[in-house]
Amino acid sequence: MQLQRKDILGLQEMTPEEMRLILDTAISHKEILSRPVKKVPILRGKSVCTLFYENSTRTRTSFELAAKIMSADTTSISVAGSAINKGESFKDTLLTLEAMGIDLFVIRHGASGSPHFAARTVKAHVINAGDGMHEHPTQGLLDMLTILENKERFDGLKVVIVGDIMHSRVARSNIWGLSKMGADVRVCGPSTLLPAEIEKLPVTVFTDLGAALDGADVVNVLRIQLERMDRGFFPSVREYARLFGISKDRLRGCKPDVLVMHPGPMNRGIEISPEVADGEFAVITDQVTNGLAVRMALLYLLLGGGGNVAAA
Amino acid sequence: MWLLLSNGRIIDPSRGIDKVGDLLIEDGRISGIDCPAPGEPDSEIRPSVSVPGEPDSEIRPSGSAEIRSRCIIDCTGLVVAPGLIDMHVHLREPGFENKETIATAAKAAAAGGFTTILGMPNTKPAIDNRAVVEYVLNVGKCADVNVLTSGAATKGNDGAEMAEIGDMIDAGAVAISDDAFPVQSADMMRRVMEYASMFDVPILTHCEDKSMTLDSVMNEGVNATILGLKPWPRQAETLMVLRNILLAELTGCKLHIQHVSTAESIAAIRWAKDKGIKVTCETGPQYFSLTDAALNTYDTNAKINPPLRTEADVDAIKAALADGTIDAIATDHAPHSLEDKQVELAYAAFGMVGLETAVPLVITNLVKPGVVTLSEAIAKMTVAPARILSIEAGTLADGAVADVTIIDPEAKVTVRAAEFKSMGRNTPFEGFELTGKAVATVVAGKVVSGGLEAGD
Repeated sequence: MQLQRKDILGLQEMTPEEMRLILDTAISHKEILSRPVKKVPILRGKSVCTLFYENSTRTRTSFELAAKIMSADTTSISVAGSAINKGESFKDTLLTLEAMGIDLFVIRHGASGSPHFAARTVKAHVINAGDGMHEHPTQGLLDMLTILENKERFDGLKVVIVGDIMHSRVARSNIWGLSKMGADVRVCGPSTLLPAEIEKLPVTVFTDLGAALDGADVVNVLRIQLERMDRGFFPSVREYARLFGISKDRLRGCKPDVLVMHPGPMNRGIEISPEVADGEFAVITDQVTNGLAVRMALLYLLLGGGGNVAAA
Repeated sequence: MWLLLSNGRIIDPSRGIDKVGDLLIEDGRISGIDCPAPGEPDSEIRPSVSVPGEPDSEIRPSGSAEIRSRCIIDCTGLVVAPGLIDMHVHLREPGFENKETIATAAKAAAAGGFTTILGMPNTKPAIDNRAVVEYVLNVGKCADVNVLTSGAATKGNDGAEMAEIGDMIDAGAVAISDDAFPVQSADMMRRVMEYASMFDVPILTHCEDKSMTLDSVMNEGVNATILGLKPWPRQAETLMVLRNILLAELTGCKLHIQHVSTAESIAAIRWAKDKGIKVTCETGPQYFSLTDAALNTYDTNAKINPPLRTEADVDAIKAALADGTIDAIATDHAPHSLEDKQVELAYAAFGMVGLETAVPLVITNLVKPGVVTLSEAIAKMTVAPARILSIEAGTLADGAVADVTIIDPEAKVTVRAAEFKSMGRNTPFEGFELTGKAVATVVAGKVVSGGLEAGD
């Protein structure tokens, strides 16, 4: 089976079959990471560009390592802040890089929909590495892979996403991906950080963390951006930690084999206590490894699959 | 010189006329309905009949293209209406001539069936003093249609210091407006309205509480949540509508609410009208033709302010057009250059062009489904804005200046931005197949659009 699409923009438009294919491919690629020589020649001669308009350590490194393991050539461009008022427009940057022979763009951008704009602008493949408050599909897929490895299913799992749902692209990708695979997705956060009409998405909405965690199989803890406090979304870090911080105590209402995930970087002691972050339920470093596997799988399916008919 | 528009369906809502007949125009003025031609014509022109499957229906001269000073236009099957008035247009000149000029806006207006357009004051420099008012009116004199201007409520549209309203009115501005830069201070707005009431001009207001819309991109709701776009809550509009209504009651100023987009704003205006407060309002074709789902592909051409709303709002707007709560239809024609729109959605400019799609959208989405009659729709684009602005236009009365729009209500059109006369290509209606078209536009007895312009 091939992936019949040019770009990976979000999990909202993806079918369960496509996600299953990506996850299966990731599982088979993960084996490469345990080899003494972590190098395969599949993407030799392919050129991958990571174009990041926002800071990122793990996502960018993960994509670059994935590409290098697959023997692709990588170029990384960082644009500090937005290029709107200075320098080259996004469109011109894309066209310039494409003219240099880039086969696949990995794009992170603070403005939602920017990868869609890029996908319409260039013939090369585009993978969304996080756009504004919209989606972060590779994070969604790596979270799903981590859940699958530990629970061996999605159907009927109670997955709770806790924190700043409004501004989170991770939350949106998790909601679409997991709900399509049959999980029971719950979101929980301060009412000021729940976006309008979130209940119209396939989720159950909570503002009471205890109720949300009741019987949970998985807890995905989102990073709280401290600058939200200044904009009046919540009164203090102290109160946020009291109401929504995940501590050992809080986890008592969950299933005994609950899985605790965090997309990183963590604010230890705020949204997650150190005991939980380093504790028996946490799979946070596994997520990072799975991120590499998922990104290798996507690069393979888009660039090296041999018969991707949607390829440019 | 005379022009006889023969055998058309003459609709003149200013006088309650809707009948088939001949309209005679002599020396730039309306002579009357069913007056005989004063002599032998030197040319007779028949419009091509609209054929299903043929997208365009354009009037083509049957005879010579030479100067026609005694001309009969066969309007059989067509509607002959007073020239349409668009009371909400961004001319962009002075300052943004890369987006539009007064001349090109006027050509777009003529192509769309409008004979009078009212410019908004958010130019650069702002239209906030006599000199700029005179500049716009002087340039407008050479344009294809009648160009009117509003004056800014505050100097530089900064909301802090009142502009010289009296001097601008004296120079020919017909209204005062805070469009695009809504006055945030209630106290400042109170003073502006009190002051403007001395001159008996309406104040046209863009209603937006900016404290709720910082960096906002689209309507707050499930679509914004899914797309991850900064929401523009409907309450930001209605709060300001309510504030301005209360200030109109306090000051006695004539208040006109621009581009109404929400059901709650309509309810507020209905309440104010019932109470006898001097308030009128307009909406644009975009607000009864599209919802915020138009943003689902991150189409920057669908990013407008106020934003596209929901299905329920569209229904409320249609009901308010039908029951008369909404007085006028105006386009908020907001041309932008390609580079203003070919960017990330969050950074794209607000606005869409409207002059050349208004008539087909009104006929397709209001008249054909029976929301309003053709006569009612024409009233909202002619006599209603004329009365709001207290201008002599929007009528086919004997002796009136002969501004006339000829409409083929059955023409099939496909929207093609590349064919626009406007410099702006920013329309979310590209490729839409619509019904109805202005096939000829007559300004002061002269055909300015419709295939007859050459040789005039």
